[in-house]
Amino acid sequence: MIEILDERKKQIHEKGAAPFDMACGKPSLAGAVSQRACVFCGSRVVLYPIADAVHLVHGPIGCAAYTWDIRGSLSSGPELHRMSFCTDLQEKDVIFGGAKKLYKALIELIDHYQPKAAFIYSTCIVGVIGDDVEAVCRKVSTEKGIPVLPVHSEGFKGTKKDGYRAACEALGTLVGTGPTAGIGKHSINILGDFNLAGETWMIRNYYERIGVEVVATITGDGRIDDIRRAHGASLNVVQCAGSMVHLAKTMEEKYGIPYRRVSYFGIEDMAKSLYDVAEFFGDDEIVGRSRELVRNEVAAIMPELRRYREALEGRRAAVYTGGAFKAFSLVRSLRTLGMKTVLVGSQTGNQEDYQLLRDLCDEGTILVDDTNPLELSRFVQEKQVDLFIGGVKERPIAFKLGIGFCDHNHERKEALAGFEGMVNFAREVYCSVKSPVWKLVPRKRGTEP
Amino acid sequence: MIAPAARPIAATPSFTASRNACKVCAPLGACLAFRGIEGAVPFLHGSQGCSTYIRRYMISHFKEPIDIACSNFSEETTVFGGRENLRIGLENVIRQYAPQVIGIATTCLAETIGEDVAFHLREIRAAHTGPLPEIIHVSTPSYVGTHAEGFHAAIRAIAGAFAQEGPRHEAVNLLPGIVSPADLRYLKSIMRDFGIEPIVLSDYSDTLDGPTWSEYQRIPKGGTPVESLRRMGSARATIEFGCTHHAPCGEMRRHAERDEHVAETAGALLQERFGVPHHSLPLPIGVTQTDRFFELLENHTGRPTPAAHEEQRGRLIDAYVDAHKYVFGKRAVVYGEQDFVVGLASFLAEIGITPVLCGSGAKTGRLQERILAIEPEMNGDITVLEGVDFAEMEERAVALRPDLVVGNSKGFSLSRSLDVPLIRVGFPIHDRVDGPRLLHVGYAGAQQLFDRIANTLIERTQESSPVGYSYM
Repeated sequence: MIEILDERKKQIHEKGAAPFDMACGKPSLAGAVSQRACVFCGSRVVLYPIADAVHLVHGPIGCAAYTWDIRGSLSSGPELHRMSFCTDLQEKDVIFGGAKKLYKALIELIDHYQPKAAFIYSTCIVGVIGDDVEAVCRKVSTEKGIPVLPVHSEGFKGTKKDGYRAACEALGTLVGTGPTAGIGKHSINILGDFNLAGETWMIRNYYERIGVEVVATITGDGRIDDIRRAHGASLNVVQCAGSMVHLAKTMEEKYGIPYRRVSYFGIEDMAKSLYDVAEFFGDDEIVGRSRELVRNEVAAIMPELRRYREALEGRRAAVYTGGAFKAFSLVRSLRTLGMKTVLVGSQTGNQEDYQLLRDLCDEGTILVDDTNPLELSRFVQEKQVDLFIGGVKERPIAFKLGIGFCDHNHERKEALAGFEGMVNFAREVYCSVKSPVWKLVPRKRGTEP
Repeated sequence: MIAPAARPIAATPSFTASRNACKVCAPLGACLAFRGIEGAVPFLHGSQGCSTYIRRYMISHFKEPIDIACSNFSEETTVFGGRENLRIGLENVIRQYAPQVIGIATTCLAETIGEDVAFHLREIRAAHTGPLPEIIHVSTPSYVGTHAEGFHAAIRAIAGAFAQEGPRHEAVNLLPGIVSPADLRYLKSIMRDFGIEPIVLSDYSDTLDGPTWSEYQRIPKGGTPVESLRRMGSARATIEFGCTHHAPCGEMRRHAERDEHVAETAGALLQERFGVPHHSLPLPIGVTQTDRFFELLENHTGRPTPAAHEEQRGRLIDAYVDAHKYVFGKRAVVYGEQDFVVGLASFLAEIGITPVLCGSGAKTGRLQERILAIEPEMNGDITVLEGVDFAEMEERAVALRPDLVVGNSKGFSLSRSLDVPLIRVGFPIHDRVDGPRLLHVGYAGAQQLFDRIANTLIERTQESSPVGYSYM
């Protein structure tokens, strides 16, 4: 039996057992083998999909190498974001400072690749060796006439959430610097969708079909010029609220643009994302069209979903995500498929998130914050999970125990958002749970999948 | 086919920035090395992100759980030092994993703020009551060298920490370098077929390529036991693969800068400290280099090569003969860790493929010399680039008109833009399922490599043919 560390016990809760009090938002415990990454990771994932900017990682090679072509974020045009640029600091740079190297690297990259902007990510040691990254950025920006934005993402200066914030701050300096002429009143920005497998395109298409104009997609299929004029939109719709709500709040304060939190995963949440926007504009035609769209799309996918549901009814799932907001949608989507979530958690959820999650889940469900491989392995065994939904680091935990796994993280190539995405999701869950290979694994030898 | 004109051999990067690096950082190499010790948990002294990124990168290749602990530096730690976090981290790893060994590698952050891990460990040990697992450490700042340097530094540190004097025994140390789990299993079986007990450092053949489990294992089974590592000091010999001798990393480098003598590799260390005879060979990829390995084993044991291996060699040569036309005169781009590139270049040369571009993200200053030492007649036909990245290799490769690319999966974008096939070998393979099972070394490894290359080239011709012949 795997023992839970005392310091971790307050970050684990079983619904129904005790009054709810989840300790969360804490730095990870040393030696606990957290599944979290760092500040840099938070910034890097948020800004990564901006396809016409140079993304230059200032530091030794690791951080850039590990984030080369890391997400399945598609672009309809340039693909500069898929290049991994790094100042590749060497020992002498650490001793004498890396600012000159940064300057030279930037000038060459901008001259050669002609980007619309450049993001400069500071990694751990940059703060320590004292490079004046801001000064270099200002200088290069003046010389080259494009925005050159420092991203304060030193890995040790907080958690992934602080990295989201640093990214939003860099984006915030871009917003408001472009022309807004020609933007209509029924207009939105799509925040917090990263166009994995073309999901931003699907969502954009839904909004356009109901008569809503999309000004900027931030950051999926993102373009610098769109972001610069994003303040011309009437509303921000924010998915993956953990990563982008800071930008939405900044835009609300600065430009008076309200925002709505949305999720595009699952039928209910997808429909609500359209209805909320339609209601916001209060335009009868938009409301009518959104109802019609939902009706048609749902009717188109229901027959197939019903077949999957019949096969999956009663199965048990574990869900572990980066942000808690995605976990809500997954619990609901699994319910649509007749499945029960018996273990759920996130790397970065807050009190309010966990309270909502608890309300959403059935009695006996285990909730975890910033968990680790050993805790996860214990609970998936205890709760006899049939399916695990998570990211790369959770996959081998499931597979080693002969449990189906669905990737719901950056690297996936399958669109899981929207109505079509719900069918893809159901199909993937079905293939993961019903594969005959589970009959052969030691834990379940001879049982029916 | 006539060899192409000689090309200037130069490495003048036109960009200050690295563009799509052909390397990762030193701590990853150290984690890989530690994973080959029985009951070991790798531990990074630095920020949380390092361990998570390295886990993700390794999991995507090995498809196994890879738990790497971390001391989770915060802003406070960075200002006041990491001893307390190191202590808490070690205690939590001990409580959760009950490891026999904890292997600590430093990150760039810890090195930059001047963390003295040896000193911290002395204090932690002194204050600790009760038994502790073996705790070893290696200095691996990521601003020095690459993952290959980190790996070799850790191997050297492990040998230095555990090997002891003792009565001579018949076992032979094998230091294979960075190879696949399948390679490790095969190398061990070759040595056992000669009647030799191998002590492999590092042996991650089971820990990073194991079966599914009935119950979750905190630390996967396998790896070389500490007891065996101690016996390395009294082994009959050491066989060490690799000939580029990656530059010393971190602490070793500081010793070297003070002109103190440092054994360059773990094999050299075992010879200097314990008098264990040291045999250094290039990685045995292809017949020529594998023959050298078998010759050494024959000389060492006084036994002829076992029949099964002779027969395997025979079949391999027969396959070379049957398919020589399909590979001869082809031109390849080869990249990866330097020792691996030397081995691949030797293999390609013996089947008639010219490795027109040999690249590595590492810089030892020895790559070209080592390749030409093995294949002198390639002088003038090949371009060797050290410290190179994928973008530069791509730019250089266009003029070299290669027919194929041989290397890890990170070269996919390069092969795609050159519109030539990629033969996936080495680490990492992030876009296929069989990375850990790929065999590169020995006669069996050469057979697999040869078949894959010949078939890939034949398939290319067949698929682009308007006729669509169904025979060769």
